[in-house]
Amino acid sequence: MNIWLIMLIGGLITFGMRFSLIFLFGKFEIPETMRKALHYVPPAVLSAIIFPELIYPSPSNQLDISLGNTRLLAGVVAILVAWYSKNTLLTILAGMIALLLLQLFIGT
Amino acid sequence: MSEARKTFWDGVRAEIPLLIGVFPFGMIYGALALNARLSPLASQMMSSMVFAGSAQFITAKLVSDAAPALVIILTIAVVNLRHMLYSASLAPYLKNLSLKWKVLLSYLLTDEAYAPSILKYEETGITPFSHWFLLGAGFSLWSTWQVSTALGIFLGAAIPENWPLDFALPLTFIAMVVPALKNRPMIASAVSAGLVALLAYSLPFKLGLILAALTGIAVGTILEGKKSSRETL
Repeated sequence: MNIWLIMLIGGLITFGMRFSLIFLFGKFEIPETMRKALHYVPPAVLSAIIFPELIYPSPSNQLDISLGNTRLLAGVVAILVAWYSKNTLLTILAGMIALLLLQLFIGT
Repeated sequence: MSEARKTFWDGVRAEIPLLIGVFPFGMIYGALALNARLSPLASQMMSSMVFAGSAQFITAKLVSDAAPALVIILTIAVVNLRHMLYSASLAPYLKNLSLKWKVLLSYLLTDEAYAPSILKYEETGITPFSHWFLLGAGFSLWSTWQVSTALGIFLGAAIPENWPLDFALPLTFIAMVVPALKNRPMIASAVSAGLVALLAYSLPFKLGLILAALTGIAVGTILEGKKSSRETL
């Protein structure tokens, strides 16, 4: 399927979710359990992306938990910066700079 | 100035601090999408057709990994599920609007437009012009997203191909997730999703991603449920 069709369907689904309960107001309410569950969507989905990106680093996409895995080390730096600073841009910059420096010293 | 226009600009003003934060994300998205070999036009159009930051980042990545369309669409759906919460939360304040307004405001309903608008509604309740506030917040965010995407595509074309630009994706997500890990169910949800994603990494069609996300959601929900039932004892 081509990218345009993916974007069209993905866009319609996204719109549908935003519109759903505004449209159905008074006719349908989100059950309590689902309401709870929805709070966990962002941390779950994003972590499911983050972990493999660090442990199976591109470009090889092979399992690598050694100290030679520059993306894993840079990722840990970013996690620490995020934890202590809670600053998104600082986190991204620190992680990027860490990766570039590590690649320079350890090699990819 | 008419009351409608004044309320619209109140919404824009409330959105400005968020716009400053969103701008670099739009640029990173634009550059990443190009890096993932989407055409400049498709990269730009995704910002208006899907108009949802994390979903766009993930779509670009999955397209470059050649994941099947069905998995990409399913992932977009899971990532954007949280918008139903915003929809539910704003619904009582928008109930009197025409269908046209509901459609327009739903299209503009992002995390960043929701945040100042719900605060405003909780403060003032429904007034004849209160929806103009959401329109101002939503539209200013939409415009900023389009412009920053375009700039990212423009600058992304100048970045050498061997730069590890794709690393901006996990970094962006780390920056979003880590500050949200405020309690044990949240942490357990993130860690369990991450571990399942690793274990299921070799599953075909990137299905591991969806499996991991669903696991994380279930773990968080169950732990929270246990905690609150214990508290009521």
